[in-house]
Amino acid sequence: MSLRARVALGAGRAAGWASRVTGRGAGTQVSGRVMLAIAPDLLEQVGSGRRCAIVSATNGKTTTTRLLAEALRSAGIPVTSNHTGANMPAGLAAALGRDPEPRVAVLEVDERWVPRVVDPLAAELLVLGNLTRDQLDRFGEVRSIAVRWREVCGSHPNLAVVANASDPHVVWSVEPATDVTWVALGAPWRSDAATCPRCAALLDWSADTFACRACGFAQPDAPYRLDGEVLVTPEGRIDLDLALPGAWNRMNAALALTAAIAHFGIDAERAAAGIRDLEMVSGRFSTRRLADGRDARVLLAKNPAGWTEVLRWLAPTDTSVVLAVNAHLADGRDPSWLFDVPYELLRGKPVAASGERALDVAVRLDYGDVSHVVERDPLRAANGLPGEVVVVASYTQFTHLTRGSW
Amino acid sequence: MRIGLVYPDLLGTYGDRGNALVLVERCRRRGVEAEIVEVAAGEPLPDSLDVYLFGGGEDDAQVMAAAGMRASSAALDRARGGGAVVFAVCAGLQLLGTSYAAGDGDVLDGLGLVELETRAGEGRCIGEVVVEPDPSLRLRTLTGFENHGGRTRLGPGVGPLGRVTVGHGNGVPESDGATVDGVLADRLIGTYLHGPVLPRNPDLADLLLGWVLGTDALTPLGDTLVEELRAERLHEARLRGRRARRRDRRLTRG
Repeated sequence: MSLRARVALGAGRAAGWASRVTGRGAGTQVSGRVMLAIAPDLLEQVGSGRRCAIVSATNGKTTTTRLLAEALRSAGIPVTSNHTGANMPAGLAAALGRDPEPRVAVLEVDERWVPRVVDPLAAELLVLGNLTRDQLDRFGEVRSIAVRWREVCGSHPNLAVVANASDPHVVWSVEPATDVTWVALGAPWRSDAATCPRCAALLDWSADTFACRACGFAQPDAPYRLDGEVLVTPEGRIDLDLALPGAWNRMNAALALTAAIAHFGIDAERAAAGIRDLEMVSGRFSTRRLADGRDARVLLAKNPAGWTEVLRWLAPTDTSVVLAVNAHLADGRDPSWLFDVPYELLRGKPVAASGERALDVAVRLDYGDVSHVVERDPLRAANGLPGEVVVVASYTQFTHLTRGSW
Repeated sequence: MRIGLVYPDLLGTYGDRGNALVLVERCRRRGVEAEIVEVAAGEPLPDSLDVYLFGGGEDDAQVMAAAGMRASSAALDRARGGGAVVFAVCAGLQLLGTSYAAGDGDVLDGLGLVELETRAGEGRCIGEVVVEPDPSLRLRTLTGFENHGGRTRLGPGVGPLGRVTVGHGNGVPESDGATVDGVLADRLIGTYLHGPVLPRNPDLADLLLGWVLGTDALTPLGDTLVEELRAERLHEARLRGRRARRRDRRLTRG
């Protein structure tokens, strides 16, 4: 490593420490920014000499990254990862810079940044989950990200890919890649995949998989497949039996395990055992103590697909629910998506509309005939609801509520 | 009352289902029977609906939707002849016109219900919007959020939904220098506002319903929550508007 790179790492760590002790933040972003300002080629330097896997998706990338890292660790492979979810170049530089040992890197990368970090990191594996609408005011529409992923896959013949066969945008992105392992995760959210990514004709979803009658684009045969609680592999069926809740986490786990088994050659049972007992990932599913001594569970939901999965999981339970929504840049500034989400699933539960955009939430609930109270402070709202409480939070509400619990 | 949600799988990117939900609920709360009729992509538009809602969508989806709608334009004409209402948002607004620019730059035919054309502009128009509606509508100020790359020019004699006081709307200055949003014609409204627009602007929702049911049917509803939301959004948008104007002035001076 060059002297400049070593100076950059030292200065970055100091800046991160200063940010933490002054209480301004977790320090990861500022630390990485300082590092990259001093040594713009730092990613190459900290990434070189180690194997590197990149995980990306609209939903589930933080959890999938953690699960893949745990699966590798269970097989005795030491792993470096950006476990706080800082997933742009500054965060990647900070994570790798903290650990100069040439351990395997398993890195969560923001969807838009994937094309810009594959080369500097000399990545050997891309793990791609799903592409759905997310913060449209900031990132543009789904198609633009698929186009960028496709360019990466087409221009890197040595890059291995593990990808979700059930998502048309992902499949189209990965089409030009030469070394692909497909895993069929199922497609609970189809609202962004009505048309064929290849020819723009209508996609036929009638067989529960997608096919285009106009050009033949179709769901590829997948050697790995999620079947309820089980990952079907070419060698047999693996019970997931996860401590993490919800159907969406089974999808994350199936994707991570496929990468661990197919690419890293880890024994399937051992990998599954390595992730089974994990209960919390970067504050997701953590709890907050309320004023009256009860604990409220905190869940993150960033976009309509994520919200819909969380609500389906909550619907059959007895919990009270706080919906805490902001509309800052990181949440998406346009809360129109509230009307894409089936909040009607919460009818009959004690519900509070909360967060800075509590009124948008309240109007949505009102038109969905979901009775509710309005309280902008989510913890006060939780305290006012009976029994077990789950707080479902948009991104900036979530980071505020879970600060310190990562 | 049959509220048609046209091609929600293609034109539903920005919570557009919310507009249908609001219309149906505001009927039901007044004892008027109402239902949402979803027209799935690939199916022809029926001529039997009272309201036709066209929403926003991505480029490819917009082209698919346009093809389906143009194939059904006779049914749509029959429905409009019988008094049906058309309400179109964003990509839907663009499709009402004579032509629009597709994602790859090709200029394609719209439905031609009104004379307006849309071309790609430099940069996207994104943010809170405030519109003072055409006085003939007797509506209060409209609040919404816009996110589009198109610039829409109205043909001679074609009127907008209103004048923009914060944001971009159609994004093309009129001859008097004013910025306007959307289009207003006989029982037809198009706008760039989502949010979605009808939950935030209940009197616009009631205007559309009144065109079908007659205004006598529109007993007032308790909209306390919505009034609070409107006050909050309008206040926020005007603050942002003032900040943006100050920034522009500084830039032109310095």
